[in-house]
Amino acid sequence: MCLAIPAKVVSLEADEMATVTVENVRKLISVALLDQVAVGDYVLVHVGYALHRLSEEEAAHTLSLMAEAGILQEELAEIGGDS
Amino acid sequence: MTQDTVDMTHGGGGRVMHDLIRNLFQKHLSNPVLDRGDDAGLVTVPGQRLVMATDGHVISPLFFPGGDIGALSVHGTVNDLAMMGARPLYLTAGFILEEGFLLADLERIVWSMSNAARAAKVKVISGDTKVVERGKGDGVFITTTGLGVVSEDVDLSVANVRAGQSVLVSGTMGDHGVAVLSKRENLEFETEILSDSAALHGLVADMLAATPNITMLRDPTRGGLAGTLNEIAATAGVGITLDEAQIPVAPDVAAACELLGLDPLNTANEGKLIAICPTSQADTLLAAMQAHRLGRNAAIIGRVTDDPAQFVQMKTQLGGTRIVDWLAGEQLPRIC
Amino acid sequence: MRYISEFRDPKLAKTLARAIKLAAQPNRDYHFMEFCGGHTHAIFRYGVQDLMPPNVHFVHGPGCPVCVLPVRRLDDAIELACAHDVILCTYGDMMRVPGTGRRSLIKAKAEGADIRMVYSTIDALNIARDSPDRQIVFFAIGFETTTPATAVAIKRAQAEGLTNFTVFCNHVLTPAAIGHILSSPDFAPNGPARIDGFLGPSHVSAIIGSQPYEAAAQTYEKPVVIAGFEPLDVMQSVLMLIEQVNAGRAVVENQYTRVVTRDGNRKAQALVAKVLALRDSFEWRGLGAVTDSALRISNDFAAFDAEKRFAISEKRSREVKSCECPAVLRGVKKPTECKLFGKVCTPDNPMGACMVSSEGACAAYWSYGRQRMPETAA
Repeated sequence: MCLAIPAKVVSLEADEMATVTVENVRKLISVALLDQVAVGDYVLVHVGYALHRLSEEEAAHTLSLMAEAGILQEELAEIGGDS
Repeated sequence: MTQDTVDMTHGGGGRVMHDLIRNLFQKHLSNPVLDRGDDAGLVTVPGQRLVMATDGHVISPLFFPGGDIGALSVHGTVNDLAMMGARPLYLTAGFILEEGFLLADLERIVWSMSNAARAAKVKVISGDTKVVERGKGDGVFITTTGLGVVSEDVDLSVANVRAGQSVLVSGTMGDHGVAVLSKRENLEFETEILSDSAALHGLVADMLAATPNITMLRDPTRGGLAGTLNEIAATAGVGITLDEAQIPVAPDVAAACELLGLDPLNTANEGKLIAICPTSQADTLLAAMQAHRLGRNAAIIGRVTDDPAQFVQMKTQLGGTRIVDWLAGEQLPRIC
Repeated sequence: MRYISEFRDPKLAKTLARAIKLAAQPNRDYHFMEFCGGHTHAIFRYGVQDLMPPNVHFVHGPGCPVCVLPVRRLDDAIELACAHDVILCTYGDMMRVPGTGRRSLIKAKAEGADIRMVYSTIDALNIARDSPDRQIVFFAIGFETTTPATAVAIKRAQAEGLTNFTVFCNHVLTPAAIGHILSSPDFAPNGPARIDGFLGPSHVSAIIGSQPYEAAAQTYEKPVVIAGFEPLDVMQSVLMLIEQVNAGRAVVENQYTRVVTRDGNRKAQALVAKVLALRDSFEWRGLGAVTDSALRISNDFAAFDAEKRFAISEKRSREVKSCECPAVLRGVKKPTECKLFGKVCTPDNPMGACMVSSEGACAAYWSYGRQRMPETAA
């Protein structure tokens, strides 16, 4: 039920609605819960409503933290002599 | 025909029914056997092993991206025969029509059947029409029965499945189910995904030519890949392990499934097959499948194992393990 | 798929698995509760527990709104559909949940009740517009992720004068539930079960922000990491929890920064505050009565409240004897410790909500993980 999926806004429609895509799958959803949604924004979609914008910067930051994860620990482990 | 819709007299056995058969069904499905106009179709099949199968088609909606109930009713039964390694020859078709159904839609469906039959080189040699009162049917239900011949040296059966054999699929999973859902009420989304509804006997013939000792074939229709593999595991008393990274799923189908909370592995296919073969033959078989138009995206996806618990397990994309289970209940009604 | 596939990258999974192995101190165990049923399913679906060292354990929480809905409320919904000639619109998840006497919405539908599965409140409003001579009741369930959708629908109905639309409101609140669990004797220092930290819900937090968890983290001295929905998010959050526990810290951290902020979605919060109001108390399956944990429709919008429009009878509701959903939801029993699990109770023949719901722990164990439980073999 908490299923929510990131989707890209491709057009704004009347009545606080918008068309979003995931890959080439298009769906009409409501953007009534957000202000100033723009074409090109990525939003989180849940039961037909956009709940929040996604931050591209933060996504990239999270991925780089993941890639670096454990590097410090590995170095400490090597210094400390345990695996 | 002067009227627009089916009424009770179309199933009554009188002149109106006779005219419907002549001017709609026979117009599109004509062939020398059918045109004789007898109660049954008489054919000669000299000294061959025969395969017969039957399929009821209750799909809703009747027309969907990439197909319709007419084409489906041909492909579904042809594929049942093809899974035995048979060359399909003849079909019969029973129609149950709902009072009020548009004759123009019926004609579209029958025309589509005739195209599918011609492309598959099968003839519809006998048929039946009944009409039920408004509200007692859903437009049209079609039952097709097929007859095919299979050569002496072909023995495809789940009884031959053994631990150690390889599991292959002929292409992307879940296309048909998603295409049908895209038209379903309350679940509207536009997508370019087309149903994969297709006749597979040509592909099967190429596969048998390349690797004559294929163990078995089965088409993953309702219940999808997961349901069909669980069926096989339970019947053969084996386990199956899969590699998620190898299972082909079209990006749009994956996206649609994410949106709807579905799993492509539980979603129906109508133009794909699962093949099990000795591992030594797997690469040859794969090459033969990929060389055919309907097997372009074929892949080796797993192995049969010795497992008294008869689980279908999968190594996930991430390297963990999970079970690939039957779908509980009927999540997607009337998908086939 | 953008923002999805990158967070399922097997190479990053290996990196994170290694980091977790290095960070977890070998001389102790770590027990982390994933509050949200969606996380339970992600863990099982991707086999995340196979990538954890043996001393890291997941404890499954009650964050499955279908599972925590008391049987009485489901019985009421079935009554609305059957006895009041309404069109009952419901999310698909509720259709097969067994109520008293193993009745369910799907059984009632088969017997002729007009029950329609919808993807969104938008669909329910469309049905109300298309059928002006019928009463439409929307069966609203869900945590804070799903509540704004109900609030928007009610406001819309008011703006359009849709007098045939009402809502049967069962929305519940996450921070109250977390506090209730942490204060329960099950998880007292010498109690039968242990939680060292929480994986906080992804999408509830998109709405409410990370701020509401700060009180619980401080009071109970347990770290909370708001975790994204993808398996790599779960793994990175486990790493962050282990690091907090090792350092003796107990604060709220946000791993899901691409969506969650400290304030959340203020517009959605304001809308919910306008249309809905706190109930004093609400009975949760498994947790019993929890104060300030659920919402009803506010007095200004009483015209859209199904409980006010329809007289719903008093009833004695019963769960199946021996069904351990309550203990599973509290995190004190695993599904495999329920006598009914896998024997009488399976997804095809569910005895309780935890086996039916797409987010229930029992369903997750059964559908994805029963190769680890030899006694449930075919």
